[in-house]
Amino acid sequence: MKDNYILSLKDLNVYYENFKAVRDINLDIRKNKITAFIGPSGCGKSTVLRAINRMNDLIAGARTEGKIIFQDKNINSPGTDAVSLRKRIGMVFQKPNPFPKSISDNITWGAKINGYKGDMGELVEKSLKSAALWDEVKDKLNENALRLSGGQQQRLCIARTIAVQPEIILMDEPASALDPIATLKIEDLMKTLSKDFTIIIVTHNMQQASRISDFTAFLMTDKDRAGHLVEYDKTSSIFINPKNKKTEDYISGRFG
Amino acid sequence: MKIRVDYNEKISKLNNEIVKMGIFVEQALNKAMDSLVDMDIELAEEVISEDETINNMEISIEDHCILLIATEQPVAGDLRILITALKISTQLERMGDHAVHIAKGVIRLLKENNTGKNPLFNMPEMAAIVKEMLHRVLNAYIEKDAEEARSVALLDNEVDLIHNKVIRDVFEKLMSTQEDQQNATTLLFINMFLERFGDHIKNICEWIVYSTTGEHVELG
Repeated sequence: MKDNYILSLKDLNVYYENFKAVRDINLDIRKNKITAFIGPSGCGKSTVLRAINRMNDLIAGARTEGKIIFQDKNINSPGTDAVSLRKRIGMVFQKPNPFPKSISDNITWGAKINGYKGDMGELVEKSLKSAALWDEVKDKLNENALRLSGGQQQRLCIARTIAVQPEIILMDEPASALDPIATLKIEDLMKTLSKDFTIIIVTHNMQQASRISDFTAFLMTDKDRAGHLVEYDKTSSIFINPKNKKTEDYISGRFG
Repeated sequence: MKIRVDYNEKISKLNNEIVKMGIFVEQALNKAMDSLVDMDIELAEEVISEDETINNMEISIEDHCILLIATEQPVAGDLRILITALKISTQLERMGDHAVHIAKGVIRLLKENNTGKNPLFNMPEMAAIVKEMLHRVLNAYIEKDAEEARSVALLDNEVDLIHNKVIRDVFEKLMSTQEDQQNATTLLFINMFLERFGDHIKNICEWIVYSTTGEHVELG
């Protein structure tokens, strides 16, 4: 893999029982860039995202074929420890899901499990600052995280994810449950975080994909209902001059 | 179920506005050239007074494009159509101004030349080519016909050749007396504004190619 790439999907197929949900995905993800997966509901974009840190393992009947090369190793090979993989490839979900514990505990929980030896106070401050939340919560670190607003909770979840210093952050519609201002804060945060992390985001919001991502992958289904990659390019090319008519029709709202 | 029907209708209305503006510019050029051939001061003044309509049309097209960009967040081909409409309206507005410049030249000729008779050399021929280009480019815009746009742009080379020939002829035949020299200067300006029509139409051709293919090209 070239230096500026971090992840390579090769002939990826994902099945749920006998149903092929994702077909023959080949895709290289660039390091320290934001890559957006877009496409109509059921096109497999979240399935591909979950395949990248083996979250599909947790779904009964899910099966993955093909390779996902991360740091020269296929994460689908039998020897891979999925738990430690998820430390290096973290995930932020659609609905903020902080633990019903203090703000501080939310950050330190993962670090404690992973045997973090450094100063926990520093880790909390650094992570919350990186997630642009520190100024809003620095005086109430011991308060229950569930008392924060939805947008703050989501930034706390991002802080919790980056506290274990992953290399890739997967985001599955991270702002779809948030109001427009909270959404823009998350988007600004993603731009800042992409200097240190590689971000892959699934979004239904086309404007969001065009605003924040560097590269966009468009997926859709055919008659076999298996999601496949239609077009993958720089976001500017996808949104100004897509090469595939299906991409154009989807992004300009003519189907989907 | 068809979607984006309302948006498509709005684009269709915008296209009608562009064509309407193009027809007004065509008429302004026709009148300006007729005023030159017939040395008709009233017709020349009409061109000048009617230019405000063309200017207002440009503003109206700009407002519609801005509204559609703000409210519909167009992307890809939809976005290129709106950017092209904005660019074309600017080119058409400049052509309207050039028709006014020609009309003002006619008025100057009439004031400076009591006989009202001037040789026009090949300028009517150049105007006929420009009119054909304008007519065809508006059709190419509506039909989204990049090939026709490329073909129209080639005619600009003929315009340029005639423009250069007129310059040579004016220098050869109209520099003997002081009065002739004054008229020659005005005729050279008119010649230049006609040539500029060709350039603006060529620019429109390039935007039509961009709108339909996404590629920036240099035509002609």
